[in-house]
Amino acid sequence: MTAAATTHETRQAELKKRSSGRLMIFGFLSPTLAILLFMVAYPFFSLVYYSFFNFSALRPEAGMKPIGFKNYAFLLSDPELWDRFVFTGKFVFLCVALQMLIGIFVGYQLQKNFRGRDLVFTLLMMPMMLSPVVVGFLWRYMFNSEWGVINFLVSSAGFPKIDWLGQTNAALWAAVIADTWMWTPFIILLATAAFRGIPETIYESAEVDGASAAYTFFRITLPMSAPVLFIALILRLIDSFKQYDLFFALTGGGPGSSTMTVSFAVAKTAFSYFYTGEASALAVILLLIIIGLSMILVRHLGKMGEKY
Amino acid sequence: MAEIELKNLSVEFGAFKAVDDVSLTVKDGEFVVYLGPSGCGKTTTLRCIAGLVKATSGDVLFDGRRVNELSPSERNIAMVFQFVSLYPHLTIRENIAFPLKARGTPRAEIARKLEWVTGVFKLGDELNRYPAALPPGARQKVALARAVIRNPAVLLLDEPLSAIDEQFREEMRWELGHLQRQLGVTTIYVTHDQREAMSLADRIVLMNNSRIVQVGDPDSIFLQPVDIFAGQFIGSPSMNLIDLVPVDGGLRLADSGVTLTAQRHSLPDWALKSRRKLKLGIRPLNVHLVEDETGAGSDIAVDDVFSVGRERFFTFRIGDTIHQGVDKRGKRAAGEGRVHFDPDGLLFFDAETGRRVVAEERP
Repeated sequence: MTAAATTHETRQAELKKRSSGRLMIFGFLSPTLAILLFMVAYPFFSLVYYSFFNFSALRPEAGMKPIGFKNYAFLLSDPELWDRFVFTGKFVFLCVALQMLIGIFVGYQLQKNFRGRDLVFTLLMMPMMLSPVVVGFLWRYMFNSEWGVINFLVSSAGFPKIDWLGQTNAALWAAVIADTWMWTPFIILLATAAFRGIPETIYESAEVDGASAAYTFFRITLPMSAPVLFIALILRLIDSFKQYDLFFALTGGGPGSSTMTVSFAVAKTAFSYFYTGEASALAVILLLIIIGLSMILVRHLGKMGEKY
Repeated sequence: MAEIELKNLSVEFGAFKAVDDVSLTVKDGEFVVYLGPSGCGKTTTLRCIAGLVKATSGDVLFDGRRVNELSPSERNIAMVFQFVSLYPHLTIRENIAFPLKARGTPRAEIARKLEWVTGVFKLGDELNRYPAALPPGARQKVALARAVIRNPAVLLLDEPLSAIDEQFREEMRWELGHLQRQLGVTTIYVTHDQREAMSLADRIVLMNNSRIVQVGDPDSIFLQPVDIFAGQFIGSPSMNLIDLVPVDGGLRLADSGVTLTAQRHSLPDWALKSRRKLKLGIRPLNVHLVEDETGAGSDIAVDDVFSVGRERFFTFRIGDTIHQGVDKRGKRAAGEGRVHFDPDGLLFFDAETGRRVVAEERP
């Protein structure tokens, strides 16, 4: 009887101890959790919430009128929005294609050991460390049609000057060039790391087996580093899809609104026109697209990983 | 098929001579095993034959044609590496077919050869799997299949079995030997495992310190080692080595009271008269346990005896050094307390040069 009582008591004490331990863990985590809730969860849910209202943050006294899916219906029937998506798509495709091609090519050249390799890689990191707005302004000066260094080079090469930021297509390319300058090093770094991860005997094997350099590259090097390159592709795809600050600084969305990405449109709707409800709905649409895209790609990545 | 000739081959990495003036002819269809301790230059020699390493000086000839400047793919060789080098992203089928595909072989021929080679290696069930799904032994089998599918003139094997489980290794060894005889392909095999060398080789090339020590068939390498290194590297347990001191009427084992004499130990005449310092080499196989004083070395008492299966290992001391013997009989009989050196097993080495002395040349 007494023995049973003692075990019961010790168990109670143990439980108390354990729960107080849990409380302590929660205590330590709570500031972080609070910040996270405040910074991520709250804005996210209010974003979804606002998207169902006719509401402007500039005139809160006008109140919030629930309008169901009308914001979405309005956006999806707006031809201008489709222009934004087409432009964003063009930009994403050109950026990612160019960055992957250059990144893989340069990364392949840089995988061998050479003198000053560390220095080269440190320098390569520089563009990435800059803020996109800074990069935007930097290239805006360089692309200036009158006194920019790009047109200086173009005209010294004997070509007519280009109105880089004044024409839709030229402005698209200007943005692609700036983004590529900034983000190709990222691909180079990842590609080099992936290439260097392939063991030397694999290459020796291929050499003995009679594979040419090109055959080795396409049948061995690329497929073996595909998972890493694919992750780089996903990151760049998502990131360039959200591109806003570069355009804000470089073209301001112009000429007209021809270089306005979807993200740019969200920002403009929200903070220039203050159509908070509509902007929220657009942000939700953008989010759904990015989530869908990532899910497809990540599933593909998973399949890739199963082999090895 | 091809004959390979190495002419004064040297390979240097900076100041280090990995291969030093190696000359050898490997006959068409021959199975030659390069044997030696780690870092002796055997793998570098192989890689030089493959074309993966450039010779610093000397020549590599295939059927009399100099191939120094040819790339590995131009030499019509196949190679299996120590660490499995299958392409992890390709199926077993794609791996085996790779050398043919890389050379643009027609599909029908690839299919025909694939069928043949998977039959030989019994890989039919594994074709659609990836290398990671196979145990190391099976992977090396695939590597071997990939090597021979092209009917190479020369098959180069760099310690192909060393990363495989003991049990499977034995099995692979027999299969490999069988396959080589079947294909008749000139084969060079690098290993540090003397058992592999002894069981597979037509001829063994023993290397040490970047040079060839001895070339010969397994029997002659075992029975007639050219020097102390060859004697001690081959054979397990290792050959016993005992300093000899010339005394009146015989040779005394250093640090012991035992003297070998002409009539009792059938010592050769030249050894008794020799003016150089000699060392006696005797393999554990040639040391026996005896009751009475019937043979050479029988004044030495045995130390320890332990049986392993049907073999009996024992130790004995000369001075402070422990030596070993092996006997075939299982149990120690009563009274067996002395060791006996088989007179046929006595090997004499020059204490200074380490070379084996067979008969005294005139000075």
